[in-house]
Amino acid sequence: MLAIEIIGLAKTYSVGFWRKRPKVALRPLDLTVKEGEIFGFLGPNGAGKTTTLKMLMGLVFPTAGSARILGKDINDPGVKAQIGFLPEQPYFYDYLTARELLNYYAQLSGVPAKERERRTDEMLDRVGVRDAGNVQLRKFSKGMLQRVGIAQAILHDPKVIFFDEPMSGLDPIGRREVRDVMEELKRAGKTVFFSTHILSDAEALCDRVAILHLGELRGMGAVADLASSVQGNVEIVWKGTTIFPSIKALNAVCYTTADTVRAVLPETNQDAAIDAIRRERARLVSVTPMRTSLEDYFVQKVQRIETGMGAKA
Amino acid sequence: MSTRILYIATNTFREAVRDRVLYNLIAFALLLSGAAILVGQISIDIEKLVVINLGLTAVALFGIVIAIFIGIGLVSKEIDRRTLYTVLSRPVHRWEFIIGKFFGLAGTLVVNAFFMAIGVFAALLYVAHKFQAPDGWILVALYFVILQFLIICSLALLFSSFSSPLLSAVFAFSLFVIGSFSEDLRGFAALVKGPVGWLVKGVAYLVPNFSTLNVISSVAHAQPVSGRLIAYNSAYALLYSAVALCGAILIFQRRNLK
Repeated sequence: MLAIEIIGLAKTYSVGFWRKRPKVALRPLDLTVKEGEIFGFLGPNGAGKTTTLKMLMGLVFPTAGSARILGKDINDPGVKAQIGFLPEQPYFYDYLTARELLNYYAQLSGVPAKERERRTDEMLDRVGVRDAGNVQLRKFSKGMLQRVGIAQAILHDPKVIFFDEPMSGLDPIGRREVRDVMEELKRAGKTVFFSTHILSDAEALCDRVAILHLGELRGMGAVADLASSVQGNVEIVWKGTTIFPSIKALNAVCYTTADTVRAVLPETNQDAAIDAIRRERARLVSVTPMRTSLEDYFVQKVQRIETGMGAKA
Repeated sequence: MSTRILYIATNTFREAVRDRVLYNLIAFALLLSGAAILVGQISIDIEKLVVINLGLTAVALFGIVIAIFIGIGLVSKEIDRRTLYTVLSRPVHRWEFIIGKFFGLAGTLVVNAFFMAIGVFAALLYVAHKFQAPDGWILVALYFVILQFLIICSLALLFSSFSSPLLSAVFAFSLFVIGSFSEDLRGFAALVKGPVGWLVKGVAYLVPNFSTLNVISSVAHAQPVSGRLIAYNSAYALLYSAVALCGAILIFQRRNLK
């Protein structure tokens, strides 16, 4: 079964005080997420990621389209008991202690009274703030608030969890801990949908990703498939100290060392470069494809759009 | 009543208490005791009248100010601080949120009024040395003050559901002032004829009638309050609050939480 199914979901806001004009936040979006997947929703700031998440949470109403979570329409009251949500840079009731806050959310989520205390303690332990459980949230650091945010999102044992920029503002240890929580959730059979603009996190965690830019879906698929679709570079090394003009003509960037020359050039020019080295009677040392990353794919997509070449994936 | 409404109301009450709102009570009780001693020294035969008038008016005004200043932030603060996102992403209906907030604020004000009333009765005992049968009408005046709080709470929530805290405060306070003179406004409307007359009459009946809910002066003069007025005021306040709350819910149901 599909965990999330988004069909033509779109949002246009009216902006301006006197003369209202439309501002497109999200163009019709179609995507599906399978149960048990970690799905990354990527895009630069203002891409429409948070708008999409807010529509899925029922905080913002779509202009068009619909969405289903675990086979039920997002407006179905039964859906919300099955989902958890961590907003971007969450703020909580700072007059409450972490324990009181989790207890309040457990009440609202319908966790039975006899289980609330145990679940609350379990969550405080899991995110490492049990010692500060009776401290008011106004005294919490940003990292600790983020941990409480994660705890409240998974407190009621939801099947699908949405995280909006969960690593934003965290130090490397905090980011690692969030990644561990997501991996644990996946192992427990949960579906995780998270938005981020930190590509290394997405690359390390996600089964599949979607890339959003200027409110439009620009690419979707497994990280390895997307990365392999990018035209990569190749590194060629030969013995000697001479940089051949015929190699430079192939858009190569060359570096010399004591007894070798290293050239980095587009992989499409690889054969021509090898031929040129043979013609010059130089001794070829190595030919190494350079690994393309999700970041290369992302940068290529965004740059193409910004320079007006914007072909869809 | 949905248990979720109860949880939201309890949390709203806890927020108000921890926001140190109720600390004004201590200051108020001290102020009133001091005023009672002072009044006892400078007035002859009317100490009791002054204490009841001064005390109940202070209870009403303090409560109205608290109702407006907490009420206007109840929804907008939750949106601005994004605390609402983690509430509405749970199985909580938007109408439950509004009703829960209303009961939480109303509960805060009732507790507030209770403690302030203790201050009034303490001051009364100090100047009169004993309670008399007509002093029981003070409780009715306090009940009417609480009905005023319910109306102001619902109006503050209504304005808070679509405008900024500052504008909400201006709207709510303006309505309180106009509503306090609503009997005069209705009298004026009766004198004006034609379309303007209809307009004034419409406005006069639309603003909350706080005049009829203010019996402080007659209670201070030991005049009884009729059962009919109690029934009318109860029905009026409950109906007015219900309509304002329905308006708040209707607006909030459609609001995009950007």
